Amino acid sequence: MAETTLANSGAGRAPGLQGIAADWASDQRAFKNVSWGKAMMWIFLLSDTFIFGCFLLSYMTARMSTRVPWPNPSEVFALEIGGTEIPLILIAIMTFVLISSSGTMAMAVMFGYRHDRRKAAILMLLTAALGATFVGMQAFEWTKLISEGVRPWGNPWGAAQFGSCFFMITGFHGTHVTIGVIFLIITARKVWRGDYDVGRRGFFTSRRGNYEGVEIMGLYWHFVDLVWVFIFAFFYLW
Amino acid sequence: MAEAILDGHGEHGAHDAHAAGAVPTDAHQEHPVKLYFVVWGWLFVLSACSYAVDYFGVQGYLRWTLILIFMMLKAGLIVAVFMHMAWERLAMMYAIILPPVLVLVFMLMMVFEADYTLFTRITFFGAGP
Repeated sequence: MAETTLANSGAGRAPGLQGIAADWASDQRAFKNVSWGKAMMWIFLLSDTFIFGCFLLSYMTARMSTRVPWPNPSEVFALEIGGTEIPLILIAIMTFVLISSSGTMAMAVMFGYRHDRRKAAILMLLTAALGATFVGMQAFEWTKLISEGVRPWGNPWGAAQFGSCFFMITGFHGTHVTIGVIFLIITARKVWRGDYDVGRRGFFTSRRGNYEGVEIMGLYWHFVDLVWVFIFAFFYLW
Repeated sequence: MAEAILDGHGEHGAHDAHAAGAVPTDAHQEHPVKLYFVVWGWLFVLSACSYAVDYFGVQGYLRWTLILIFMMLKAGLIVAVFMHMAWERLAMMYAIILPPVLVLVFMLMMVFEADYTLFTRITFFGAGP
């Protein structure tokens, strides 16, 4: 069985659509040089795309169909710093924090493949720290809005749906970031200990990992950043 | 045994292909540091640009166009470079990137639905609250 699969994955392919058809056709592995771990993470991320897509769509539908004006996010999320109101400043800082964490994650993946355990682990912990900072700022933002009277069923500035959309979308994204931080710490520990070099079995799957695990972790983390790009554009800037 | 087969799969496939010289595989992603820094820099610049749209209060179609352009550029850079999609096999790219297009179809449906809801609300409840 293994031989047939391997023979197939070694085969060449035609360029363009023909190659895709050949890869997908007949009883065989579709993603030739992509490991199952990476392919499964991508498929999970695809399903997550649909979840966040549906959240943003429901937000769009609510905002388009209400007779009441939508609260102006530029003013709602403004912060007073040194006596002047700066629009959206906290959200902008959160965006930069998350993008920085994406950068450190990409570097961690690179050092992981170079088997530079120390640098990879430190960069992953830095990524986790930036992610935790992001969640902390989000908690601050939630606290501020709740104290100003924003509830899922209403708010002082306009359309009642604003609160439910806000809590649902940012809450689900914040949950993703939190889960990412937890798994970053777990993976960083594995890298630091050298689990991937000595072939130590994972505590949950009982499988031996390799440094591709860092890249798969990275895929999840970059996806969290990717979702924020869309939330930032559609919820905060629109 | 089964585990060995599963685990070894990706690497073996890649090595075989390299030996045969048939497929330019890239199971191990190795790219120069400079590339990551350049993309990182661009992401910062694009984020600053989209924030500037709000900061300077650009309104109307120009605002929406700029927001969408900066958003798509950022998303593209993250997926292509940070998530290494640019170096994945074409079958994989299409499997992941094509399905989200359906969300756009869904969006179109919901635009009509929302328009209709607004129409009925205005008709039966009046224009303002």
